[in-house]
Amino acid sequence: MAGKPKLHYFNGRGRMESIRWLLAAAGVEFEEELFETREEFEKLIQGEKKSLFPGQNSMVEIDGMNLVETRAILRYLAAKYDLYGRNIQEQAWIDMYVEALKDLSDMIMFFPLSLPGEKAMNLEYILQRATTRFFPVYEKALRDHGQDFLVGNRLSWADIQLLEVILMAEECKPSVLTGFPLLQEFKARISCIPTIHKFLQPGSQRKPPLDEGSIETNIFIWLNL
Amino acid sequence: MAGKPKLHYFNGRGRMESIRWLLASAGVEFEEKFIETPEDLDKLKNDGNLMFQQVPMVEIDGMKMVQTRAILNYIATKYNLYGKDIKERALIDMYIEGMADLNEMILVLSLCPPDQKEAKIAQIKEKVTDRYLPVFEKVLKSHGQDYLVGNRLSRADIHLVELLYYVEELDPSLMANFPLLKALKTRISNLPPVKKFLQPGSQRKPPISEEDLEKARKIFRIK
Repeated sequence: MAGKPKLHYFNGRGRMESIRWLLAAAGVEFEEELFETREEFEKLIQGEKKSLFPGQNSMVEIDGMNLVETRAILRYLAAKYDLYGRNIQEQAWIDMYVEALKDLSDMIMFFPLSLPGEKAMNLEYILQRATTRFFPVYEKALRDHGQDFLVGNRLSWADIQLLEVILMAEECKPSVLTGFPLLQEFKARISCIPTIHKFLQPGSQRKPPLDEGSIETNIFIWLNL
Repeated sequence: MAGKPKLHYFNGRGRMESIRWLLASAGVEFEEKFIETPEDLDKLKNDGNLMFQQVPMVEIDGMKMVQTRAILNYIATKYNLYGKDIKERALIDMYIEGMADLNEMILVLSLCPPDQKEAKIAQIKEKVTDRYLPVFEKVLKSHGQDYLVGNRLSRADIHLVELLYYVEELDPSLMANFPLLKALKTRISNLPPVKKFLQPGSQRKPPISEEDLEKARKIFRIK
């Protein structure tokens, strides 16, 4: 059988972090080849490991495939590791939940690219969206069925994605879950799942938020210009 | 079983058009309820019909589905247009996510300020001929089959052909050097449900007029 999945990206969260979360939660060990400089990046995209579209800057080698496109990778992993529901309806709910979360996480992810004069305004917008458009939906979902997980009474991609985004939002504002008691319980509960708990420990492959002015921030900026 | 799917959107392409294409190509009849005013949209929101306060929304099989990709995934899975296993699905997903980027660029073109439009169009044309079309031409060439994935019709073919129609609307000469894509477009267009959808009078929407664009801006409160 093939070896461990191998992630090609820069040494930061960006578009790869949700993939790291999903693999870690599924208990799958993975390797990373992280580029640190522009030269390494050029080598990656021109190298033997040809990616589908020219200029792609992230790739996962898994099961004999060179997968690109974040959503393609995430869906493959979710299906492979039984985190995508047991039937088409559960899949539909998971998709609705994760697609909405991606809207929110993209806003937070691109925040470092804000123009200095817009930073405060963007942050306020993010928090307003989080607390009025997104979190209420997930709080209600948990309240309505009273179960521990968002879909199908068992762990799925939706739960993992929600935890990731909750933590990202808390980095923006630690008290962001005030008024969402079920989400607070959810956060505690999902964080305790052994594979996830391990991923949340220092020294794991989880990446920190970007430090303003750091090399990684600069790489992220020119990757996304 | 439930009735026909019901699509809630404004009377234009926007983010709903790929859903219309997929349903139509699968031979699925559907109804549409058009949002004509900001009040219509408010009513949908206030009645609790839009999970994240956004459209597209599609009533299907007892669900009020939102999020374009979630809706498309559901339809593709239900009507067997998503590959035969997770590896084929991965390939389909890679192709369609690539297409989604180009589709998005073309979609937002109508919102582009007039003085930037020409530059934007030039940018899109370059991406079409240098980045996107060569990839799909190469895929078809590499296996010599009639469809992009798995030697049978999938959503990848339908989304691509929809996109090729938009490319042609932008500039027919862009397809000049892509014979296999032209052949795919012809072949898919001749499938009976697709052929029907391409006829005048179908639920396929035309490019947006200035008047309808103004209306859409009002509905969605876009400046």
